Amino acid sequence: MSITATATPPPADGTAAVTGGPSRLPDGLTPILFLGRALRTLWSNGKARIGLVLLVFFVLLAVFAPLIANHSPTSTDFVPYQNPNAENWLGTTGAGNDVFSQMVYGARVSLLVGLSAGILATLVAVTLGLISGYRPGPTDEVIGFITNLALVIPGLPLMIILAAYLPSRSVWTIVLVVAFTSWATGARVIRSQAVTLRTRDFVTSAAFSGERMLRIVFREILPNMTSLVAASFFSAATAAVMAEASLEFLGLGNPETVSWGTILHFAQQQNALLTGQWVLVFAPGLAIALLAVSFTLINFGVDALSNPRLREKTS
Amino acid sequence: MRYVTRKVVLFVLTFWAALTLNFALPRLMPGSPLDAALGNLQANGVQVTNAMRDAMAAQLGGAEGNWLSQYFSYLGNTLRLNFGTSFSFPTQTVSHTILQALPWTVCLVGVTTIIAFVLGTLLGVYAGWRRGTAADSTVTLGATLFSAFPPFWFGMLLLYVFAFKFQIFASQGGYSPGLTPNLSLSFLSDAVQHSILPAVTLTVTSLSGWVFGMRNNMINTLGEDYVTFAEANGLRSRTIALLYAARNAMLPNITAFGLSLGAVVGGSVLVEGIFGYPGLGNLLYIAVLNHDYPLMQALFLVITVSMLVTIFVVDLLYVRFDPRVRREVIA
Repeated sequence: MSITATATPPPADGTAAVTGGPSRLPDGLTPILFLGRALRTLWSNGKARIGLVLLVFFVLLAVFAPLIANHSPTSTDFVPYQNPNAENWLGTTGAGNDVFSQMVYGARVSLLVGLSAGILATLVAVTLGLISGYRPGPTDEVIGFITNLALVIPGLPLMIILAAYLPSRSVWTIVLVVAFTSWATGARVIRSQAVTLRTRDFVTSAAFSGERMLRIVFREILPNMTSLVAASFFSAATAAVMAEASLEFLGLGNPETVSWGTILHFAQQQNALLTGQWVLVFAPGLAIALLAVSFTLINFGVDALSNPRLREKTS
Repeated sequence: MRYVTRKVVLFVLTFWAALTLNFALPRLMPGSPLDAALGNLQANGVQVTNAMRDAMAAQLGGAEGNWLSQYFSYLGNTLRLNFGTSFSFPTQTVSHTILQALPWTVCLVGVTTIIAFVLGTLLGVYAGWRRGTAADSTVTLGATLFSAFPPFWFGMLLLYVFAFKFQIFASQGGYSPGLTPNLSLSFLSDAVQHSILPAVTLTVTSLSGWVFGMRNNMINTLGEDYVTFAEANGLRSRTIALLYAARNAMLPNITAFGLSLGAVVGGSVLVEGIFGYPGLGNLLYIAVLNHDYPLMQALFLVITVSMLVTIFVVDLLYVRFDPRVRREVIA
């Protein structure tokens, strides 16, 4: 479920959702400059700033994992079932792994799954949402029906069924399963925005000058809803991080992978709570929650971009 | 009336599509789910009989006959609620197992969803009305944090603190072992006592959607001209917030209510599993752990169908709340 304001359709006049200025980027503006401008705008929002700092922290953790972790995450050389001590800062698992190192390396998997499933889901959402919003009639009806179907089929049970059937157990399986089940909300929001933009003059003139539909949709309409696309990306990424943890907790991931979800899975299997090793449960869950919080907080900033009424008055 | 007709047609179509999806999923998977399932069963030390193999083949594909005849016998079986026998509960049919678990989930998820809806909506109205204040920030940040908790993890923490450390609540099950479910007062109080931890888990982790949705709707509605007009008329700010803004801001949340029920049923899979609560979620949890494909398949269908029916009912009720829907369709 989308946690943020994406449920609220933007004001019907559409202007509010425009990230500002002309519909097309000036020729000299490279994507990097654009990204920089977007980041600056996000940074001015207090909540989004906390989110960005958190996200950077996790990215650094993932990138420099070999330097930060003081042991190999897969090494089983330690005394099992240790409570936190000077050598093993977060204790050890029943198999003798160092939990702190596993936590550090686990950031890689969660970020990878969150970001790539988010990108995939957003690609699907943008493509289907734009086409369905631009082409009323049968195309819109069919895509709308599929979107509604994907929206009403309970996500986690569907993911569980899919993951249970798929023979290969890799991180990419989870990415595909999550992307397949979490594009619908974004598609619906993007569709409703595309509908309001469809009758604008610049779109009509592009259509009259003989542009193909895909070009109109992606080059004329899409740049006007960057913030909606970003919002649906962060919602999907949040869902992906949570879903990955749930699937791996259930044992539907690859047990060889070192991730926050598998740490929880083995902690549950070894009854860590009963033996008093609550750190084994607490640490990975907190990490998942903080990563999800960072995505959600960034999304607050993005929401404020797309809906001026939500902007913080002090900034 | 056209609104209702359209909703009915869409409901029937969606219902059929969900049934078909449930049929197609195992058959579209790469490899043979049947072989995978049988292999898993044998690896777990289960003796696979020919009858079991045939029953699974009928559900997962690989049975006699072509797709079409399989499809129609699947539809027939489903409409008669005939889902075969599960491996996890070999002595009863799948539909019997599911019917036993259904009331537990309906009570738990139903009650927690209503509590979360009311509580979250109120908090959202308050945060939106008092936006920019410390109270608003506390509510928003708190809701952000709670929504980010994986529900099963939050449940595990509650278990650790309230069932293991302080032993205030029971750790497992929906009622004390040795009791038989009935409607006596002593049994009901025992069941309520067991359901408090899972209920708190589900309520807390599903609260935030309502808070954010309602806060944003409130802010949007408070910016409308009729609110400014009411202010200019000198109405008290609380009157405006509750009687003018909140009533209209609630409309999108009502639509979301139906959708959220499904999210909670989904989220309750792991939570019920953690607490060993005897509902549908726990069954799915057990089914996954035991590679019990027939049970999984039937549960997925039941969860999806109950979701569809809920949304359908909410959609129909929506006409009563928002008269514009009726007029829009006529125009």
